[in-house]
Amino acid sequence: MTKLLEVTDLSKIFGGSVRAVDGVSFSLGERETLALVGESGCGKSTVSRLILRLTDPTAGVIRFEGQDMARMSQRALKAIRRDIQFVFQDPFSSLDPRMTAGDIVTEPLSIHGMVKGARQRRETAETLLRAVGLSAKHVDNWPRQFSGGQRQRLGIIRAFALGPRLIVADEPVSALDVSVRSQVINILQDMQEEKGTAYLFISHDMATVKHIADRVAVMYLGKIVELAPKASFFSAPRHPYSEALLSAVPASHPQKRRKRILLQGDPPSPIRIPPGCRFHTRCPIAQDVCRREEPALAQVADNHLAACHFAQAWPIASRLGEAMAPEPLAELSN
Amino acid sequence: MLDRIFLYLAVGFLTLLAIVVVFGDFIQPHDPLLQNFLARDKGPSAEYWLGTDDFGRDVFSRILEGSRLSMTIGLASPLIAAVIGIAMGTSAAYFGGWAERIITRATDMMMSFDPLLLGVLVVALLGPGILNLSIAISFALIPSFIRLSRASALAVRQEAYVDAAIAMGRPSYSTILRHVLPNISGPLVVVTTLWVGTAIRLEATLSFIGLGAQPPAPSWGNIVRYGVQNIFGSPLPALFAGLAITLTVLSFNILGDALRDRLDPDKAVR
Repeated sequence: MTKLLEVTDLSKIFGGSVRAVDGVSFSLGERETLALVGESGCGKSTVSRLILRLTDPTAGVIRFEGQDMARMSQRALKAIRRDIQFVFQDPFSSLDPRMTAGDIVTEPLSIHGMVKGARQRRETAETLLRAVGLSAKHVDNWPRQFSGGQRQRLGIIRAFALGPRLIVADEPVSALDVSVRSQVINILQDMQEEKGTAYLFISHDMATVKHIADRVAVMYLGKIVELAPKASFFSAPRHPYSEALLSAVPASHPQKRRKRILLQGDPPSPIRIPPGCRFHTRCPIAQDVCRREEPALAQVADNHLAACHFAQAWPIASRLGEAMAPEPLAELSN
Repeated sequence: MLDRIFLYLAVGFLTLLAIVVVFGDFIQPHDPLLQNFLARDKGPSAEYWLGTDDFGRDVFSRILEGSRLSMTIGLASPLIAAVIGIAMGTSAAYFGGWAERIITRATDMMMSFDPLLLGVLVVALLGPGILNLSIAISFALIPSFIRLSRASALAVRQEAYVDAAIAMGRPSYSTILRHVLPNISGPLVVVTTLWVGTAIRLEATLSFIGLGAQPPAPSWGNIVRYGVQNIFGSPLPALFAGLAITLTVLSFNILGDALRDRLDPDKAVR
């Protein structure tokens, strides 16, 4: 079965030395939501820009429905762009301040010649606005007359206007007030259910991810370090970095509280990526082998991939307090 | 309040000027080229409102006729410069790469010349005349338009809505026309009006040093020029033509300031 989106060994090196994205591979099926998580600077936004072809990849393959679009010309891309739409993080700068709401939501349709004439465009715009709970009379309003949440709803309905197969959502709610966040998330979920769109959902907010994702990919310093179905990821993360991320999420119940893993320092610079496992400089269980050899992203459980020499030795949190070194060889041999 | 009065005066003056330029033939009391040696260097009178020059030509009619040339060049040159300069500046900012490097270096080079010097250079190469004068003035203004439009477009290029347009599949030229240009139009409109003033001044200067409109055709610049040569005969031609230039440039500058306040997106009322 061909996947909707298949990314293989995607890399982006800026200015010859900044390895922002360093050999990322994943795939995305129809109607699926893959969450790409990681702290700021890990390259997740670059991945989204590469898939939207706003940045040209240095290496790698991006297959959309089997077609490699990594090296397609912008002209050839136009047909594919109908099927890949996007929601950007900043609801303020992603809408042209000199266009009315009606023109904004129908822009993708006009670009692809699917609305003709002012009258049809206006009617379409009114229908679209109503679909996200805005009033048809907002058609002539300017973006600055809307609130952040309303603007993001304009951005979402613009993304859905062409009926795309895939929407790349780059932190679509992180710029919004907490009070409107869930509302926008619900709109995203409802639209997905109705239209059967797949999401590549980029986020650093684990609570949002837990709510919306089917699968989770964790990025660290330009590489995916863990890729797993949601349930398996949240119940048994195999990479120490994932575990640290999850331990930072406030628990819904005091007794469910995880042991907090505090990471020391900042991530290393993508200009000088450490040898061996790129996480070893901050890893609470790093051993000699981690400094020498880079672990491959390998299957550790059903559909559960992790790039750690000690992926079998989990959970780390329980062992940290005992200040005990894991026994990698014994664990790895099974 | 005072600003408002000045704005109304400026707009009033420019409206009057527009009428004079369009309907000049019907308004001029005398033939601007008709010489009358019995009425040389006369002061203002009922027959000659602003007096006569040393050929006995009516100064008022000559200034009205001269407005046509000065205004045509004054408006046409900045507009031509704007079209060329903005096209080059926005493309440079949008596409980047070697094209941008060549355009910005060429602009830097042209900016190192004084506009007047650049104008003199072009006229000296092409020869005097009205068309060459317009070309010279446009040429002198192009670098400023390139620089301003490139700087503004660079800022807009970073906005997510430009990325959005690209990701939606909009072609480059269309993205520039629909998203970049509207968002940099404010400062450009303002600067164009300011440069209309500069262009009129430049036309006057080039005509004054004999590189513009050739006699007997009147332009404000050459009226001042020949008026100054004969300033002891009668100071009136130079004085009134100079006044016409000053008032026009001032009016365009006041209009430009008002437009800047009006087009400021933070204050905009649309």
